[in-house]
Amino acid sequence: MSIAPAKILASLSINGSVVECAFNPNKTLLEVLREDVGLTGTKHGCEMGHCGACTVIVDDLPVLSCLTLAVESIGHEIRTIEGVARDGVLHPVQRALAESGGAQCGYCTPGIIMSAVALLEQNPAPTREDVAQGLSGNLCRCTGYTKIIEAVENASAELRSAR
Amino acid sequence: MLRLPPFEYHAATSAEEAVSLLARFGPDALPVSGGTDLYANMKQRLFTPKVLVGLRPIADLQFIAYNAVTGLALGALATLTDIADSPVVRKYYPALAQAAALISTPQLRNTGTIGGNICLDTRCNYYNQNLDWRKALNYCMKKDGDICRVAPGSPKCVAVNSSDTAPVLQAFGARVHLTSPTGTRELPIAEFFLDDGMFAWARRHDEIVTKIVIPPPAGDTRSAYRKLRLRNSFDFPILGVAAVVQLDGAGKCVAAKLVLNAVSSRPVEVSEAARALVGSALSPETIGDAADAAFRAGRPLDNTSATIPYRKRMVRVFAQRALEDAARAVPLAD
Ligand SMILES: Cc1cc2nc3c(=O)[nH]c(=O)nc-3n(C[C@H](O)[C@H](O)[C@H](O)COP(=O)(O)OP(=O)(O)OC[C@H]3O[C@@H](n4cnc5c(N)ncnc54)[C@H](O)[C@@H]3O)c2cc1C
Ligand code: SF4
Ligand code: FES
Ligand code: FES
Repeated sequence: MSIAPAKILASLSINGSVVECAFNPNKTLLEVLREDVGLTGTKHGCEMGHCGACTVIVDDLPVLSCLTLAVESIGHEIRTIEGVARDGVLHPVQRALAESGGAQCGYCTPGIIMSAVALLEQNPAPTREDVAQGLSGNLCRCTGYTKIIEAVENASAELRSAR
Repeated sequence: MLRLPPFEYHAATSAEEAVSLLARFGPDALPVSGGTDLYANMKQRLFTPKVLVGLRPIADLQFIAYNAVTGLALGALATLTDIADSPVVRKYYPALAQAAALISTPQLRNTGTIGGNICLDTRCNYYNQNLDWRKALNYCMKKDGDICRVAPGSPKCVAVNSSDTAPVLQAFGARVHLTSPTGTRELPIAEFFLDDGMFAWARRHDEIVTKIVIPPPAGDTRSAYRKLRLRNSFDFPILGVAAVVQLDGAGKCVAAKLVLNAVSSRPVEVSEAARALVGSALSPETIGDAADAAFRAGRPLDNTSATIPYRKRMVRVFAQRALEDAARAVPLAD
């Protein structure tokens, strides 16, 4: 009967590097990151847009990799959790989450960090309400959010004092 | 992993190219913008198109433009984030900015478009389920089955229009512009929405929405949107109420539109509410009469979360709140 559509050969820009890969057109960015590129830091939760675990940053905006095709990501700058720490030094958001106990099981954490990093890049001095809004697309079943919001506020203060 | 079914993907770079691809591949092809609705539905096998025509690369359809004579023009690919943040939308059409900002989550608003939002598939508890779930129940009429599980005697599907911007656009009198291989046409958005959850839009398979145009606000026009949902993020509306009122210099209401959503397969315009408001100043009495009219017009069925009596009662409450918000809104300074 029908023949599966041919694989697409493409270069994706991931965390500042060009990555060559081949994937079927129906593969999501999440699947290609985890299965073809080997970057498993981006988590799969619901895969339906209901949890935010799969959040990555594309062209400076947080988006859901479970509802984005890899083929739609060609030519765009993709950032994942693996690209957040620089030269082995944690990003202030990562350090603040660790210090404040903002991660328990940790499954939501990569997605939360991507949302928080994008938020602080756009709005370096967010109010508590801005932080809550910025993280309103990320579910966490463990922490109750308070520690996470505090961590993002602490990271924002640290980033501002470093400027 | 919950995977997408196989398909061929063709990216279009212009509206003309998109519609010629749709015409070439026939009804097996679907357009996709942000994919935040379509990909989720495809994962549940509600759609298994052989071809997807990707509209995202069409740079010409990403605009938001305001002009005091012609009003607001929204390119179909303007994202919900763009609309929620747009200074002209916030200033002249606050209810639209409010509705866009209340949709889903920041990540989904960064991807979801206004064109996709007005073409959002209608929703129902018996439909938005995975294949195994639907199969176990022997499906329903909207997809693969014979009868409606919500209204078994009904010849049409009563799945609800769950778009947050649709009622607002209708209250503002928006017009939808469509392009097909044979040309372009435009129609009032109230005529774009049809009263059957299975065939809910006046869009042919080879047509795409290119833009949505809203007339400039007349005089002292004020607007507000109120949304009922179980959680204050992620969730689709189980009721949406858009209110647009125009006041004269003495504060008398000279025009009004109240439109409900998520209670029917298309937005419901409550003309009786407008009659209760027009001709006098907005007061607790006239707003109460309009909210009563909304209560009578809103007839939720058992196909979303929360019970029917609760949702019905909330129609009055949310209609009243939307009108109070509009009455309190700061008038436009020209
Ligand atoms: C968890 C979750 C929560 C959500 N909550 C809400 C909510 O609260 N309120 C709400 O309104 N929506 C909600 N949505 C739905 C969706 O994200 C938005 O409606 C969004 O605006 C859809 O736009 P899109 O570009 O992603 O559409 P797509 O998924 O690309 O398309 C949707 C439909 O429209 C068609 N289409 C797309 N663009 C065009 C065009 N230009 N011309 C003709 N047809 C077109 C597609 O073929 C498809 O049938 C939610 C989605 C998820 C996953
Ligand atoms: S309203 Fe009826 S036909 Fe429509 S999706 Fe629900 S159960 Fe199916
Ligand atoms: S895995 Fe993408 S939102 Fe849940
Ligand atoms: S830490 Fe467990 S889900 Fe957030």
